[in-house]
Amino acid sequence: MIYPVGGSFLRPGAPWWSAIVLAFVLLVLAPRGLDLALQYDLTSIFICGILALSMSFLWGGVGILSFGQTIFFGLGGYGYTILVMNTDASLMSLVLGVLVGGGMAAVLGYFMIYGRINDIYLSVVTLVVTLIFEKMVRATSGPEYVIGSVRLNGQNGIPGIPGLQLPFLTEPLSIEGVFWFAGGALLLTYCGLRLLMATRFGRILVGIRENEQRMELLGYDTRRYRLITFIISGGVAAFAGGLFAVWGSFVGPEMFNLSQASLIVIWVIVGGRTTLIGPIIGAALIQYLTKWLGTVGVGQVSTVMGAILIVFVLLFPRGLVPTLGDLLSRLRLAQVAQRSLKDAK
Amino acid sequence: MITTYIYLIAYAVALLALISLGLSVIFGMMKVINLAHGEFMMLGAYACVYCSSLGLPFWASLIVATLAVGCFGLVVERLLIRHLYGRIVDTLLATWGLSLLLIGVSTAVFGPQARSMPGIPGTVAIGGTTMSVYSFVLIGVTILMMLVTWLIATRTKVGLVVRGTMQRPDIAGALGINTNLVYMGTFGFGAAAAGLAGAMLAPLTGATPLMGAAFVSKAFINVIVAGGLPLIGTSLASAMFGTVDAVISYLASSVAGEVAVLVFAVVLLRMLPQGITGRFRRGF
Repeated sequence: MIYPVGGSFLRPGAPWWSAIVLAFVLLVLAPRGLDLALQYDLTSIFICGILALSMSFLWGGVGILSFGQTIFFGLGGYGYTILVMNTDASLMSLVLGVLVGGGMAAVLGYFMIYGRINDIYLSVVTLVVTLIFEKMVRATSGPEYVIGSVRLNGQNGIPGIPGLQLPFLTEPLSIEGVFWFAGGALLLTYCGLRLLMATRFGRILVGIRENEQRMELLGYDTRRYRLITFIISGGVAAFAGGLFAVWGSFVGPEMFNLSQASLIVIWVIVGGRTTLIGPIIGAALIQYLTKWLGTVGVGQVSTVMGAILIVFVLLFPRGLVPTLGDLLSRLRLAQVAQRSLKDAK
Repeated sequence: MITTYIYLIAYAVALLALISLGLSVIFGMMKVINLAHGEFMMLGAYACVYCSSLGLPFWASLIVATLAVGCFGLVVERLLIRHLYGRIVDTLLATWGLSLLLIGVSTAVFGPQARSMPGIPGTVAIGGTTMSVYSFVLIGVTILMMLVTWLIATRTKVGLVVRGTMQRPDIAGALGINTNLVYMGTFGFGAAAAGLAGAMLAPLTGATPLMGAAFVSKAFINVIVAGGLPLIGTSLASAMFGTVDAVISYLASSVAGEVAVLVFAVVLLRMLPQGITGRFRRGF
């Protein structure tokens, strides 16, 4: 690796906290100034942001590159849908959906991480698992595939998912309500993961990412830490899947497929995996670009995404946010140097 | 009954070995999984269909498709892979980008509908089981391809250089071998093998932009479980997974067969994390 492996995730200071407060205030005020269509689109970007966070926490945090975050995204979505349509307890179903994703991550992660398979193998196995999940779901179109009272519907997916019913509210969440809920969820997930990276646990993860063998020699059971991180990340992706089902009131096998899996990787690469905020920005930019490509009628989303991935890997392997950050600090350094030169004269 | 099983297993094993060979040669040499492997197969299928529509006989189309994708592989190596040696993760990501790019471009150029071509028609009945002639052709081509690869690797000077570079690239370099050239050639050979696999699939499934994705997941599992040695590993892993796949697919469904292969592979990797041939020091 010829560039630094990752960020250091120090404890955030006052500017960070004020930015979070500002973001929260903006989120509360935003629906007043935005029309419903824009709120609806932004909500989907928030959900993509959570999904991007799940991958960047895993990759930037502990150095596991999972190509199959869509496994947990899809399972979270399907888990929520099947539970809510059977029980009508929607908040509970959202939580249980997260547990379904986390449980799958625990099983899959146990075999891969405790088997100590090579990192590249792990990436490819996760990719294969998500492809096979897609095939499995597509094969459930027959009337015999029913869980409780819900038909799985194979190719066509499950439409008409009821909205999220929060406690103390009389009605399911409106478009505006889902906007707030998803935005709040994104902020909380981001803050939670960012603060987690600044704790002792986070420092251990960074240590493992930089040199796993050295951490083992220091007495840490690195496999346990890697597995815990994998499970947390799977849970976060499943949470995004549940929110996706709430937002679109639809789940389908596309949630597992190759292009969805590649999108997550592209968000993280474009934004920069060494920060947690970068992938959220990457998700927003790429989702906006995809939507724009759709409206222009170019219809070449796959081509453009492939080209973006290649260009970023070859030319900007660190991603936008760290590259811009470097540029800024270099400019600041140059200014300081000039000023001290003047002083010397 | 027994003949049905033997036929199905032989066919599944041969198909698996055919679609994995190119991937495992590249993997054995550079320890990189070429995520665009499925799309190389797709290009082979389109090349074969195109040649066949020009009136070339089946065998000639097969050879042209193999060579064409091999040349394409050389170009890809020069333009893309060469810049990423030693950065394994980046190679993985770049080949994924290439895969998306090829799917997009071929959808734009050829359209999403399948292009079909005639293969070799006819069936034979042995012991009450009807078998297509083409499946025997496929098994034959696979054996021939494995044999050619084995002969090149073990009986020629080029093969010696390639095996040496695979084991110790630093020493090979110190002995005056241009390892970059070896990598380039290996990548081209792997791409050509993928092209041949795609061309052999064209009469069965037709050529579509997304055909690679349909086959490639089995090939990925196969190569990972096979471990570092392209020929021995692929043969062993294909024999194992082909059998599991054929039996479960016959008894349940093809999706169940794939799930069984995946579960079997994940459990096996828990015990043999480096694959079947991961601990082998020699061989090809």
